[in-house]
Amino acid sequence: MAAIYSLYIINKSGGLIFYKDYGSAGRMDTNDSLRLASLWHSMHAISQQLSPIGGCMGIELLEADTFDLHCFQSLTGTKFFVVSEPGTQHVEGLLKHIYELYTDYVLKNPFYEMEMPIRCELFDINLAQAVQKDRVAFLGR
Amino acid sequence: MAPVAPRSGDAIFASVERVNAELFTLTYGAIVRQLLTDLEEVEEVNKQLDQMGYNIGIRLIDEFLAKSNVSRCVDFKETAEVIAKVGFKMFLGVTASVTNWDADGMSCSLILEDNPLVDFVELPDTCQGLYYCNILSGVIRGALEMVSMKTEVTWVRDMLRGDDAFELQVKLLKQVSEEYPYKDDEYSEV
Repeated sequence: MAAIYSLYIINKSGGLIFYKDYGSAGRMDTNDSLRLASLWHSMHAISQQLSPIGGCMGIELLEADTFDLHCFQSLTGTKFFVVSEPGTQHVEGLLKHIYELYTDYVLKNPFYEMEMPIRCELFDINLAQAVQKDRVAFLGR
Repeated sequence: MAPVAPRSGDAIFASVERVNAELFTLTYGAIVRQLLTDLEEVEEVNKQLDQMGYNIGIRLIDEFLAKSNVSRCVDFKETAEVIAKVGFKMFLGVTASVTNWDADGMSCSLILEDNPLVDFVELPDTCQGLYYCNILSGVIRGALEMVSMKTEVTWVRDMLRGDDAFELQVKLLKQVSEEYPYKDDEYSEV
């Protein structure tokens, strides 16, 4: 079974700019994935305001019975989140790595328009490798 | 959990891929030369270089944040230090010094003693109004805008104009609130 179910990237206005699912669990159609992305964006913003701790940066991990949702928000407001099998470890590291891939293969592509859906083949290839490596590491544990 | 911000960009500079400095310098020179040919007016070239820098800056900031591991700066003073010591080192291979703070800490100068962009450049008489490195001011303005700081960046000293160093004045105009709802139009093209 795959450790990572799916990956989402949302821009700072809450629009889904990248969605990819890995394996069969939790697969969604386009409408559902868009809905989930904007829902998460709002919940994340609300959590920042509800938090009793000052300077809270929003939800980082949501644990449910059937999945974990790990979220990383960059200081520029782009959110990366991964839905994974419950108890999956080291997802923060993977998210950080995906952020680096995003800066290298999406933002540096002169034909990529900021805030728009990501259609960059190099990003897809490198992302697939990163997730694959993560999966191998997971199976090895 | 946030790692301590590095005080210098040396380690990152050593680990990122680099290109030949001369290729970089000559490519930049070719761009400026082409802009002068296309736009004819020196003022227009200054404006265009600034806009190009801005467009680079709004993308570059994410790479900077992803690879430098710096965390949120507590104030503008820290921001200026991070740009000078980590940012310049990471992308240009040189460091700048930060001086000339005004009383309320809203404006400072970044001083570059060494600037790889100008290695072979002599400004001809016809281009005296040109800010050859104007792309740098645009980069800083664009990058800071993406982390919610509106700034104004201007050249105070320019070695190509006979000064003894390159001096960029960075002035914080306002800090855009990060609270929801974000105002999208604040990030639109300036």
